[in-house]
Amino acid sequence: MIEYIVFLTINAGIYSIFALGLNLQWGICGLINFGLVAFMILGAYATILLSLLGVPIIIAVLVGALLASLMGLLIGLSTLRLREDYLAIVTIGVAETLRLIVQNEQEITKGTFGIQSFPLPFANWEPNLFFKLVLIAVLTVLAIFCIGRMVKFVQKTLREKLGPNRRILYLTGLGMVGIILAFVIYLSGVIAVSDYSYKVGLMILEMSVLALFYLGLEFLVNSPWGRVLKSIREDEEVAKALGKNVFIYKLQAFLIGGAVAGIAGSFFAWQLTAIYPSDFDSLLTFNAWIIVVLGGAGSNAGTILGSVIFWIYESATRFLPTIGILSESQVGALRVMLIGLILIVLMMSRPQGLLGKTDELTLNR
Amino acid sequence: MDQALLSATGLSKNFGGIKAVNNASIEVKANSITGLIGPNGAGKTTLFNLISKFIEPDLGKVTFSKQRIDHLNPYQVSRAGCIRTFQVAKVLSRLSVMENMLVAAPKQLGEDFLQVWFKGGQIRRQERENKELAMSILEDIGLANKVNDYAGVLSGGQRKLLEMGRALMTSPKLILLDEPAAGVNPSLISQISEHIINWNRQGISFLIIEHNMEVIMSLCDHVWVIAEGTNLADGKPAEIQNNSKVLEAYLGG
Repeated sequence: MIEYIVFLTINAGIYSIFALGLNLQWGICGLINFGLVAFMILGAYATILLSLLGVPIIIAVLVGALLASLMGLLIGLSTLRLREDYLAIVTIGVAETLRLIVQNEQEITKGTFGIQSFPLPFANWEPNLFFKLVLIAVLTVLAIFCIGRMVKFVQKTLREKLGPNRRILYLTGLGMVGIILAFVIYLSGVIAVSDYSYKVGLMILEMSVLALFYLGLEFLVNSPWGRVLKSIREDEEVAKALGKNVFIYKLQAFLIGGAVAGIAGSFFAWQLTAIYPSDFDSLLTFNAWIIVVLGGAGSNAGTILGSVIFWIYESATRFLPTIGILSESQVGALRVMLIGLILIVLMMSRPQGLLGKTDELTLNR
Repeated sequence: MDQALLSATGLSKNFGGIKAVNNASIEVKANSITGLIGPNGAGKTTLFNLISKFIEPDLGKVTFSKQRIDHLNPYQVSRAGCIRTFQVAKVLSRLSVMENMLVAAPKQLGEDFLQVWFKGGQIRRQERENKELAMSILEDIGLANKVNDYAGVLSGGQRKLLEMGRALMTSPKLILLDEPAAGVNPSLISQISEHIINWNRQGISFLIIEHNMEVIMSLCDHVWVIAEGTNLADGKPAEIQNNSKVLEAYLGG
């Protein structure tokens, strides 16, 4: 059970980081990227291949992120001057092209055979009591940070009493569930650390990176820089008329979002411990879209929430076969159908997403 | 006073064989309020688009405060101090009224991706100053009680006002106003006119497209008339009112 929670947390974390990249590009700046997985492919393969060559993992990750953002630069330079739908088309094309290259290249990426063994962070590390305590301390700081944020959120909801009672109840409930969840993950983490395995180390590393990205993106989104991105999302012509170099800002959003998605790719590879081109299906991109829409476009906290819910759904429906009379492939299809249904119901009842702002919907342009 | 702040000469633009603007010229004197009138489809808004570089002109030359601006990008024209507004007021709906104002402030350190991480103190100071300026403009135009509302909830007239306030935030030399009185109720029209006169006294020039002749006649020092993409006449408002060619163009002679 503990192992399973760690596994789920890592996955939710990967998708959180991945979707945070999309949230910056689309939720904040309004850029439609249907090829987000391309950044992940580049990040994952660059990290693995470089570390196989003996490059230190941390440098391999950074180079991967750099390559991902360079690809963003290339796509951006060629399409960001065009209308936004062209960007959507080109990104989906780039992602498929890149996957096909990786799938057919035999020398470096080993084609469909994939790469089965590569250096992993903290893989053969056997921490002594001191380092275990350090890990627990890091975990505690993260948990306090996370739970503290949610407690504040609940307090604020209760204090300001915005909107009808139903909404207060809903947001408070959401916060409470989040707090309990964070606590469960924390406890599992602590127990897992005492019986250290590679996955716990990965989880703590990933949670730290996620926290850093969350804080950094929150800072950026609420800075004057983020305000320009939002103005571009709202109306590019206005931003232009006010003297903003729209192209450069779009390019920056695209690069940074791409680098973030690239780093998600490194974690994705470390989690799988063996990667195949088929792991990088375009479905991954659309999962990120589901997550951002689910959580509320433009909200970083919402994106993380969306990814947690996505993974709870994933794991809850994994055990469907035991209760049904359907075949395994039928159950697989049913899960996808159900998530579609959930999205439709959500879009009807909360079109702004779980943490989106209700008022924004009533605004006409 | 007599110096030309903006002068555009020989501007032309074809849209697939249709000459939207054909060898049109216009001049705005420093510290003036200049009008631009003409029948529907005369090419007035296209002329604005050509000056602000939202549309690339086929031919012609534009000079703004002694500097060629026809080779610049739209954002550079705006930074030079020549700022445009839109015929249908464009506000940033899902940003607050205050954010709409703040985003317009020029030379913000915090808008630079690298500076934003390191110059916290300076950026906070700039934000504070910009907020004060924005607040005083909003009080002036009567939107002070809407500071924290989404701009998307504003009425048509309020949007026009916000757009003008936002243009002011850029500390411009010249504001191109595209139909400031269109779709605005009469009492607000006189308010808008008063504001324009006020801002003009503070040294900001205006070039105004408007169909409401009362507004044009009461505000403008000089009026340019274009029809079918070319200059028809220009002169003092009183002269224009009695110009037979202008009357003919408007009445469809």
